[in-house]
Amino acid sequence: MAAVIEIQKLVKKYGDIEAVRGIDLVVEQGEVFGFLGPNGAGKTTTISILCTLLRPTAGAAQVAGIDVARDPAAVRSRIGLVFQDPSLDDQLTARENLDLHGRIYGVPSALRRQRIDELLEVVELKDRASSLVRTFSGGMKRRLEIARGVLHHPQILFLDEPTLGLDPQTRKHIWDYLNELRRREGVTLFMTTHYMDEAEFCDRIAIIDQGRIVALGTPTELKGKIGGDVITLQVSDVPAAAREVEQRFGIAPLSANGTLRIEVPDGASFLPRLVRELPMRIDSVSLSRPSLDDVFLKLTGHAIRAEGASDKDMLRNMGRMWRGGRR
Amino acid sequence: MTTAAPRAAGIVTPVRGIGGGLLGAIYIVWWRDIIRYWRDRARVGASLAQPLLYLVIFGTGLASSLGGGFGATTAGGAGVSYTQFIYPGVISMSVLFTAIFGAMSIVWDREFGFMRELLVAPIDRAAIAIGKTLGGATQAMIQGLILLVLAPFVGVTLAPAVIAQVVVLTFVLAFGLSAMGVALASFMRSMQGFQVVMNFLMMPMFFLSGALFPLVGLPGWMTVLTRLNPASYGIDPIRRVLLGSSGFPVDRFAITIFDQTLPIAVEIVVVLGFGAVMLGIAVRAFQRRD
Repeated sequence: MAAVIEIQKLVKKYGDIEAVRGIDLVVEQGEVFGFLGPNGAGKTTTISILCTLLRPTAGAAQVAGIDVARDPAAVRSRIGLVFQDPSLDDQLTARENLDLHGRIYGVPSALRRQRIDELLEVVELKDRASSLVRTFSGGMKRRLEIARGVLHHPQILFLDEPTLGLDPQTRKHIWDYLNELRRREGVTLFMTTHYMDEAEFCDRIAIIDQGRIVALGTPTELKGKIGGDVITLQVSDVPAAAREVEQRFGIAPLSANGTLRIEVPDGASFLPRLVRELPMRIDSVSLSRPSLDDVFLKLTGHAIRAEGASDKDMLRNMGRMWRGGRR
Repeated sequence: MTTAAPRAAGIVTPVRGIGGGLLGAIYIVWWRDIIRYWRDRARVGASLAQPLLYLVIFGTGLASSLGGGFGATTAGGAGVSYTQFIYPGVISMSVLFTAIFGAMSIVWDREFGFMRELLVAPIDRAAIAIGKTLGGATQAMIQGLILLVLAPFVGVTLAPAVIAQVVVLTFVLAFGLSAMGVALASFMRSMQGFQVVMNFLMMPMFFLSGALFPLVGLPGWMTVLTRLNPASYGIDPIRRVLLGSSGFPVDRFAITIFDQTLPIAVEIVVVLGFGAVMLGIAVRAFQRRD
């Protein structure tokens, strides 16, 4: 396996703010690689540097063997990109959007037509090929963008939050298409997400927080960082319960969002003891295998959370309202 | 054209590079704008409402209070009615507004729309700036020229040669303004700046352009402002050709600098030069990466 993405000591500063603080990473050909982290962790900034939309402040990155700062055009012709916000032209039809993309990337017309038909089939939009994109649902748009992203046979497809804002069923479908494309085209997928369940579809994951990679490995490896099972307690007084657990069992629990999480090697036998010996009222209790949420919480000390609306979110909403009537 | 890195067997090796180079890319950006414009015919109709209001209500109202012989004060013979005077001005207004509004859509498009697709494409970004300018100019020109159908109602006769000249002159004006709009949009990061552009640039440009009143005999400060306004040099030749050919005495409204009436060719050069400088600024701005 050859490396398709190599990142060395990558730093990106916006004025005094360090969005990316020294990232090192190697992604192999054919991998599904996930960048997992909360909003503002530096995921989109990193992806934008890899796609040559931003210039790194320090460090270097090679995509498909080409330095992103030295030859952006060569990098761009070898990658596909699916943005967080739809970047389709909704006044054009699905086929026109794909055709325009093929022209821009210099796909010859005969091959272009064949490729468009083939991909419309894969993402199941063949019967809507001649409909204007503005009549499409969010999931259909995303499928079309994914088809567009691989139209020119990129070596790497970058996906920035590919399933953001989609319902669970649609999200699952998107993953079916992505896996199908990966199988057919051998394309490397590099994606960002803040959905934990989605990260589990990846071959490898980098957990990123505050501009740094805090953990890197397969989902199983990362979950292995948590010893055994996770017991989640809901109590009214979390700090008091945490003290009790620590005193009685010698385990330091983690607290997040009004719940207490306790890692134990054998949850099934520990749970009855816990319920019996804890003096306070327990509202609810659950036992689970560790999820990536637990890993994230353990590594960073805080849960993956949605942050307040940024300026960009406001502009995004404004745009949605503005164009609302046409969607 | 470069060859792709080794790939798994059975995968088609793509052809890299843009078909047709810079010109091909410009054409694609332009073509997209034209398709969108054609699809949005409802907007085309609606955008004619404002020029019509100016022409029919504003024009008729002012014409009534000014009397029929507007501009006929010095020489004898037939004057120009106020409605006739502002007719080329209203055509130009349509061009101005379409060009600037069209360019402002770039700001939104870049953050959340199709523009992002273009920005990551392996094309020279100069093609985006040039294609957008030409696309906006084409739309603005058409929006202006549509108003030629009103010529018979304002008493202007259109010979084919006149139409041909007006098409060229309208495109020159549209190009200059569209390039300015794209240059402005390339520096704007939010739509909030749009109001500023509207109030401090578009409206003053419109009022000081000679669209609504002749640019002669004005106070000194205003004369200076009108002569600094590139739109003035775009509107004046349209009026001179459109009304002059119907036998109206319009030369006395023509722009003068130090009492010299400018030849139409010079006015065209001024507007094209302005457009070229603006386009240069826009190209530089698009090629810059953060």
